[in-house]
Amino acid sequence: MGERQPKMNDEQQNRPSKYRNKKEPQSMTNHRKIAFVLSIIPGFGQFYNKQWLKGTAFFILTASFFIAFSDLLQFGFWGLFTLGTDPNYDHSIVLLVEGILTLIITVLGLGIFAFNLRDAFKVGKQRDYNKQPNSIRQQYQNLVGGGFPYLMMTPGFLLLVFVVIFPILFVILLSFTNYDLYHSPPANLVEWVGVQNFIDIFQIPIWRDTFFSVLAWTVIWTFGATTLQIALGVFLAVLMNQKGIIFQKTIRTIFILPWAVPAFVSILVFAGMFNETFGTINRDILAVFGLGDVPWLTNPTYTKMALIMIQTWLGFPFIFAMVTGVLQSIPNELYEAADVDGASIFQKFRNITLPLVLYATAPILITQYTFNFNNFNVIFLFNGGGPAVPDQNAGGTDILISWIYNLTMTSAQYGKAAAITMILSLIVITVALWQFRRTKSFQEEDMM
Amino acid sequence: MKNKQQVLQLTVSYIVILAMITIILYPILWIVGSSFNPGNSLSGSSIIPENATLKHYKELFDREQSDYLLWYWNTIKICILTMLFSVSLVSMTAYSFSRFRFIGRKNGLMTFLILQMIPNFAALIAIYALANLTGLLDTHLALILVYTGGAIPMNTYLMKGYLDTIPKELDESARMDGAGNFRIFWQIVMPLAKPMIAVISLFTFITPFTDFILARILLRTEEKFTLAVGLYELIADQFGNEFTLFAAGSVLIAIPISLLFLSLQKYFVSGLTAGGTKG
Repeated sequence: MGERQPKMNDEQQNRPSKYRNKKEPQSMTNHRKIAFVLSIIPGFGQFYNKQWLKGTAFFILTASFFIAFSDLLQFGFWGLFTLGTDPNYDHSIVLLVEGILTLIITVLGLGIFAFNLRDAFKVGKQRDYNKQPNSIRQQYQNLVGGGFPYLMMTPGFLLLVFVVIFPILFVILLSFTNYDLYHSPPANLVEWVGVQNFIDIFQIPIWRDTFFSVLAWTVIWTFGATTLQIALGVFLAVLMNQKGIIFQKTIRTIFILPWAVPAFVSILVFAGMFNETFGTINRDILAVFGLGDVPWLTNPTYTKMALIMIQTWLGFPFIFAMVTGVLQSIPNELYEAADVDGASIFQKFRNITLPLVLYATAPILITQYTFNFNNFNVIFLFNGGGPAVPDQNAGGTDILISWIYNLTMTSAQYGKAAAITMILSLIVITVALWQFRRTKSFQEEDMM
Repeated sequence: MKNKQQVLQLTVSYIVILAMITIILYPILWIVGSSFNPGNSLSGSSIIPENATLKHYKELFDREQSDYLLWYWNTIKICILTMLFSVSLVSMTAYSFSRFRFIGRKNGLMTFLILQMIPNFAALIAIYALANLTGLLDTHLALILVYTGGAIPMNTYLMKGYLDTIPKELDESARMDGAGNFRIFWQIVMPLAKPMIAVISLFTFITPFTDFILARILLRTEEKFTLAVGLYELIADQFGNEFTLFAAGSVLIAIPISLLFLSLQKYFVSGLTAGGTKG
């Protein structure tokens, strides 16, 4: 029963284009248009095509959809538009959540409706060209075979809708509201404010100054820390790839260690090491040079330096491991030829090793940048984004994501935080799309 | 001449290697040393303590004195459940994307591609508010659901890429022998995908283990904490007054995870190179 299903699926998908290419003779009847128009009331197009069972199914599905959801649809959209009118009865955030739920249900409903229109049109077309519409038995087989991938995807897809897509929609909508400490249910209502949050961020001095200083540090942090960890990783990989190094395997394992230890543990340990009262950096190491009191955690500049060093320590092993793999696949003849030409070590590195390594690892290196752009753990666990600095509402080393965290969890500036999340996501998506357009998976047959 | 240059080159290399080994091992030795330190704080201690003691480890293992074992259990439980859910959902979704051509496939793949770019904690406000509304705040279920959902897009891509390399002729011949869709998935494709299942299991186990931000947002009471949140509270609450206890706690996390990691390192490298993200 199952064996012909994939082929049938393929045929079905290709059918429209085949017809277009072949230029079928004009038919006298026009069942497809009539069926299409009739199925504006779902089911009637199928009735017209004499597919009684299918038509009934569509009709009942639509009817039950409206019966089951009509209240929710009405109430949901009302809530979504007004966000409540009476703070005694209406909880704006509940209304917003129900509104999003309504939106999702509406989209699903429209999807079924479009499927119904398409089905009526297709069957009508088969009749126009004097083909027998599928029998009930065939329809059933179609449903089982064609439905299998949907069945398999449903659990994952549903979870994705509720824990990933739903929150994203929520943040998008939230960024257009004034939800904060003073406009928060149950005592008060939240209102739509349009793009006011975005305007505020760029116009109110304290927000504007904070935003740009946080953004500037985020960019410096991303480029500084990532470039250093890549440079160190590549350098050590090349170093370890030389002939004549003993204990190569053991040393490589030691170099991987910072990656093996969970990052949150290492960062907290570093927070202890850099501590100004008991930390070992000031007390044991720098004291030897007579520099015992560097304000690692209270001066923003020193905190920033410490953060970049820590991230380099944490991040280089992955690059090291990856580049080691690439280096071992570079044919030795290239270097031998270069030796014959009398190239120096540096020339060999610049003209052979580096281009080959970069070519093989470029996409992954870019994800390292986007990873550090959102590297909340290091910033927050090391010093909580601090130390505090005057004239702004973010800490001296806060990056965008940790600033958003603080706005949400400590100062309850939900609307502003959502607006900043939107800006942040825009940056990440732009970079990521630019990167993915250059990778293979995007262009290959597979995406079709 | 040539030889002399090589000797010089090797000498410099060894100096660099020694320096790096020191930089890597120093924090590790320091924290191990601290964990054996008899006092509660570190004032007046040295990296190799004079009266080494195991009392901090004993304190951690004492259920009366600390929730550490509970945190460990919570973390392992959350990680294993996330791993099981993610691997099943990811395999099923990836199998559909790889083997079937259905309406919505292309859009679905595009959606996954875009979703995997945004870290799911970016929507932390929404996750917090939603958990609050649904009463799932401070439950492990919320955390497991969020981790599993967040793992789907990227890992589905990884898995789909791998399944695409398994020849479709195998499916076809099984079909000839009368196997149904589900049987082909379960008995033909999945056994062949074992290497990728291993990679995805690792990722989906280790991501919740090392996550801090989501656990911090969703978990409120101390008995529910995961290791990351618990360890942070241990050091943040006491301003370094219980640093030695924290040190012992860190060592007990770092050793098993490092061993696990080092023994499975090649999976991490291959998986990350294929997926292009750091877990």
